[in-house]
Amino acid sequence: MRLDGRAFVLPVCLIILAEIGARAGGPSDSIAPPSEVLVAFVGALADGSLLLATRDTLASAFGGLAIGGAIGLALGILLGSVGALNRLMEVTLELIRPIPSVALAPVALVALGFGYRLEIAIVAYASTWPVLLLTRSAVAGVEPRLIEVAQALRLSFPARVAKIIVPAALPRIFVAFRLAAGFALIVAVTIEIAINPLGLGAGLMTAGQALRPELMLAYLLWIGIVGFALNILLVFAQQRLFGRAALVGDIR
Amino acid sequence: MKALLWRLASLAVTAGFVAIWQIVADFKLVSPVFLPGPDRAWAALVHGMVASNLATKLAGTIEHMLEGWLVASIAGVVLGALIGSSRFMRAYVGPTLEFLRPLPASAVIPLAIAIFGFSPAMALGVIAFGAIWPMLLSTVHGFAAVEPRLYEVARALHLSRWQVIAKIALPSALPDILAGLRLGLTVALILAVVCEMIAGLDGLGQWVLLAARYFRSPDLFAGVILLGALGFVGALALDIAERRLLVWRAPTNSP
Repeated sequence: MRLDGRAFVLPVCLIILAEIGARAGGPSDSIAPPSEVLVAFVGALADGSLLLATRDTLASAFGGLAIGGAIGLALGILLGSVGALNRLMEVTLELIRPIPSVALAPVALVALGFGYRLEIAIVAYASTWPVLLLTRSAVAGVEPRLIEVAQALRLSFPARVAKIIVPAALPRIFVAFRLAAGFALIVAVTIEIAINPLGLGAGLMTAGQALRPELMLAYLLWIGIVGFALNILLVFAQQRLFGRAALVGDIR
Repeated sequence: MKALLWRLASLAVTAGFVAIWQIVADFKLVSPVFLPGPDRAWAALVHGMVASNLATKLAGTIEHMLEGWLVASIAGVVLGALIGSSRFMRAYVGPTLEFLRPLPASAVIPLAIAIFGFSPAMALGVIAFGAIWPMLLSTVHGFAAVEPRLYEVARALHLSRWQVIAKIALPSALPDILAGLRLGLTVALILAVVCEMIAGLDGLGQWVLLAARYFRSPDLFAGVILLGALGFVGALALDIAERRLLVWRAPTNSP
């Protein structure tokens, strides 16, 4: 994506309109002018509450991503390289996958209680799927001649996975993790808003319930920035590490 | 024939997992407070449908999901067509959309509550806002990726702007739009559940949260099973629609 001056016209116009609109409407419990949002944003950043909440959210998101990613990666490699197993697991996976992650939040709440563990469990469930599905198709799509080479060399299954399959599928596996990281953040914030009193989502909810629209919008703005920065960082890393190789089979 | 046999074997594996679940529950390897067996979950499902108001909750969730999804679909495709077919709009509006896209849709819930209160309008606004992104972005992409030669054909045939959109751009963008519709439905279901949990609207989200608060785990699992079934049926319906609408297109081996 290339940025030029034209990109900033619409946001600047919207901000100016919001400022005028909010000032004209007088004091309000539900919306605040952008200037006050900026003041609240700087205030929350200065007293550390915003950064503390960010740490909680990111820790849960990445903790869940690590667990879910590891499960998804292992299952994806297994199902992608052993065709029979893949066909046997088909119905089971098709039935579990449509269960929305938030629907499992109350189940995790009963079993684990409030806190990091609840959130990490749900994020792990949610981020297993993209990694599992994309790894499976990446592994199944490995050049058949490489598999023949592995057979000719009489490599054992672990050696074949470590030396042939994973290196060949790595660019697309990275894409899977990139998408899963985006999901992980979204799911973490969603769980915080719906149930778990922790992190950015809970901060957002609390500010809204405390009738402090300027603080609420500051949180919203910050969540947008964090999501955007994470996305940019991962796309950049992907381009640096893999170049065009990762574009094969990328899903939008 | 062989595919059918594999399918049956796969079904048997699923039955095996359910049996293991039953055994684990029967021998209380996991506390029954957390994990009811499939028999108790099923009994709670049937009882909820017949004697309690589980059916109303299911209908509520379907209504929230479909309303928001429909609004988002129509708005997303129309806006996407406008933005995707105009270079001017792509330059001015595109980057703002790219910034908003990674924003978790649930993060606008407090804002929506502040504006609309705890009302169905809040849920409709949030679900529509969240589900519009896949639709909007895939439509923009579909319109932007139309084969340039088709536009040359349109010019040679002196087609009007509307004819170009209806006869060339829209069919060409259809696979992208359908992919967006499918993703949008998933998002709509998730947001419907979240909104019902927070705002206490009539629906399965409220049902599972209340069941969790009272430690009624069979009811909780009944709700989760229904939500899974809802997601499954939605995806299946769009799958069938996709196959019907895209028969003219060569099958691709996308994941």
